[in-house]
Amino acid sequence: MGALGSTVSLRGIGKSFNGVRVLEGIDLDLFPGEVHALVGGNGAGKTTLMKILEGVYAPDEGGVFFDGERVALGSASQARARGMAMIFQEFSLVPTLTVAQNIFLTREARGRFGLLDDRACERRAEALFRELGVDIDPRRPVGSLSAGEKQLTEVAKALSQNARALIMDEPTASLTKSETEALFTIVAQLKERGIAIVYISHRMEEIFAVSDRVTVLRDGRVVASGEAGSLSMEEMIELIVGRRMEHSFQWQPRSVERSGVPLLEISGAVAGERVKGVSLKVHRGEVIGLVGLMGSGRSELLQAIFGVRPLTAGAIRIGGVPVKIRRPSDAIRAGIALIPEDRRVQGLVMGHSLRDNFLLPLLDRFTRYGFIDDRLGRRKAQEAVRTMDIRTDSLAKIVRLLSGGNQQKVVIAKWLAAGPDILLMDEPTAGVDIGAKTEIIAVIRKLSRDEGKAILLVSSELPELLAVSDRVALLRGGRIEREVDRSAIESEAMLHRLIQGN
Amino acid sequence: MSKPSVTGTGEARHRDAERFEWRQYVVYGGFVLVFLVFSAALFQSGFLTANNLLNIVRQTSTITVVAVAMTFVIASGEIDLSVGALAGLASVTTAMAIAQFGVLAGIAAGLLTGLVVGLANGILVTRAGIPSFLVTLGMMGITTGVAMWITGTAPVPIERESFNNVFGSGNLGPIPSLFLWTLLSLAVGHVALRKIPYGRKILATGGNPIAASFTGVDTARTKLLALAICGVVAALGGMLYAGRLHSGRFQWGQGDELSVIAAVILGGTSLSGGVGSVVGAVVGSLLIGLINNGLLLMGLEYSQQLIVRGAIIILAVALARRNASA
Ligand SMILES: Nc1ncnc2c1ncn2[C@@H]1O[C@H](COP(=O)(O)OP(=O)(O)OP(=O)(O)O)[C@@H](O)[C@H]1O
Ligand SMILES: [Mg+2]
Repeated sequence: MGALGSTVSLRGIGKSFNGVRVLEGIDLDLFPGEVHALVGGNGAGKTTLMKILEGVYAPDEGGVFFDGERVALGSASQARARGMAMIFQEFSLVPTLTVAQNIFLTREARGRFGLLDDRACERRAEALFRELGVDIDPRRPVGSLSAGEKQLTEVAKALSQNARALIMDEPTASLTKSETEALFTIVAQLKERGIAIVYISHRMEEIFAVSDRVTVLRDGRVVASGEAGSLSMEEMIELIVGRRMEHSFQWQPRSVERSGVPLLEISGAVAGERVKGVSLKVHRGEVIGLVGLMGSGRSELLQAIFGVRPLTAGAIRIGGVPVKIRRPSDAIRAGIALIPEDRRVQGLVMGHSLRDNFLLPLLDRFTRYGFIDDRLGRRKAQEAVRTMDIRTDSLAKIVRLLSGGNQQKVVIAKWLAAGPDILLMDEPTAGVDIGAKTEIIAVIRKLSRDEGKAILLVSSELPELLAVSDRVALLRGGRIEREVDRSAIESEAMLHRLIQGN
Repeated sequence: MSKPSVTGTGEARHRDAERFEWRQYVVYGGFVLVFLVFSAALFQSGFLTANNLLNIVRQTSTITVVAVAMTFVIASGEIDLSVGALAGLASVTTAMAIAQFGVLAGIAAGLLTGLVVGLANGILVTRAGIPSFLVTLGMMGITTGVAMWITGTAPVPIERESFNNVFGSGNLGPIPSLFLWTLLSLAVGHVALRKIPYGRKILATGGNPIAASFTGVDTARTKLLALAICGVVAALGGMLYAGRLHSGRFQWGQGDELSVIAAVILGGTSLSGGVGSVVGAVVGSLLIGLINNGLLLMGLEYSQQLIVRGAIIILAVALARRNASA
């Protein structure tokens, strides 16, 4: 069964976890040479559906068909043998091995006497990266890569498997615009080779740019499916969130009072290899968009301010008073919070519950006579789940079992609850659905406008960055090369040119 | 065409949600099971008498007390192999100080010994970045060596009844003091792990040190404190030996580190950190004591006891693991 000529078909798929229904009656067909976009809110069931396709999970009901032939469910090795490849939303790379070793893990090139030939793997990895048009040294350990570089390694790994069907689960969540474009070129190549592609993303422009066919999931059901051109962006957003929503990525001009003492002042900051003398002032109520190429040191700068890699030279002043920040706890005490780039490694204790993760930065505050006030903690966590619309069946749910976007919301929620004066945000909306993105933008506006917080924002989603920034600071060569007032930036394209340096 | 199977990895992930409970249930189940079996099989030998049961608690008290502290160390992602040797050294310094300066000085000397060694462990692990396995392995040799050297390997007698009563052979009313030490450590340890911020910081540090430090937990200090406290408590364990045996000697506590670690892991604490249970560790320790006692009553030789006990521990941990990841 399955549709005629399809590479892979799903029929009537249903799945529950712990008695909670996650998917119901899903049909999906993938055709060779076609990009099928799968869209839906956080927790809609996209990743779960793909893991069923990939054989990681066995569905409770329904069937999977490859080339019209029914296959055993829940067998990852069979799915791979049939040519399924997946770029997981959560990376599946071994941090201690090199890039090349990861790409060819279990499929290593063999040299004389059947020994592993690392050199050959490295050469092949280099060739793959050349195809992708990116510059990553295959000999580097994966642990030392940025999130974006890891993502590209995942892409290369999937490509190296000569897949017939390729699932990309939010592949661009941490890529820069040019890397995203490079990826689209690759996707086009893959299409030409007749590979069936599933493309999952929360970025609407990308969906419209690459897909031939779109399926919208909401609460585990298909609410729409058809040719890409048949839906307008507004219609699609409405289908995803289930209600009409205005698209509020519009910049609202306003003026920030910059005459007084800046809330955060960094002068001559040097830290690590990439921050080589940054000076920057952020005033009360101001949002500064920090832009730069990948590897320009944006994340490193935020981490330096937050005390993760303390300054080796330079100074930080808060409200004009010099502060010594040697470790994150110093920064937190000074009223700074960092929403880090990599939620899995830096943001969350994946094996602990939503509640424990949420309460971790607040522990010392939620005590009575030295004992943790669990009731207060639970109430605050409940509140956060409601305001951030985190999809979970309980506060005790282990965060690893939350959907990717919902994990990100937990990270944001825990830091907002800490009530910082200065908020450092590193790709805060990575993997977050369109509804929540709008919500986060509203939160940033409210914090800066109404509560006078100072915000430093790093985001590779330029429309979002342009929607909230009052000023844009360009980081290059470890220094702030230029600062531009938001009103002087006329378009996304102009900002893109600024970042590229022409 | 094959029928849908229900045994994919998916089901495995699914059960992941219950992991915490599962690991801990095993030790309670094992405890009840072993208890029932011994009660039936060894009824004639007097297993169920109040005297024998109190004896079990008394004999395991040092392991139990140290296991409580070890739970913190292991849950934070580290390990302390020096506890047994340190107990021996502390029993010696306590006994020597009592002989010279009196009981209070003896208690102070014992605790100070634990603090110094524990801090040394902690500083070497967190500041010098040496793995705790190696640091404490080395410390194990050093402490035993020092204890042998300063005593010339001879036992140091303790002739103060007050000390021996509080730390070992005495009773408070009908209750043996060692039983009280067990209860005290259980209560303090459980509250510390579950109800105060420090306990949560321990678990977060063990669960994901990077995320913990990005969230403002001073992971180095958290670990240092755990190792320092573990040293002090190991010294207390040594004093409990000294009180029970009315002397200090380098051999008291030797090899206990293995029983302690086994008790902690049996109790559901994850050897890789992030998950821990003090109640589990205490029950784990009692389970080991129960097994020791039962095997003795059965009339097994020491060699046979070792074999059976080893097998039971491996089995119990294997069960806990299987349920954790199956
Ligand atoms: N192994 C699991 N155990 C329990 N619940 C799970 C498990 N895996 C997923 N879920 C739940 O199933 C729902 C769907 O999750 P899924 O990851 O498929 O969402 P998604 O559409 O990919 O969302 P996102 O856009 O945030 O990545 C979520 O509510 C999630 O918490
Ligand atoms: Mg997902």
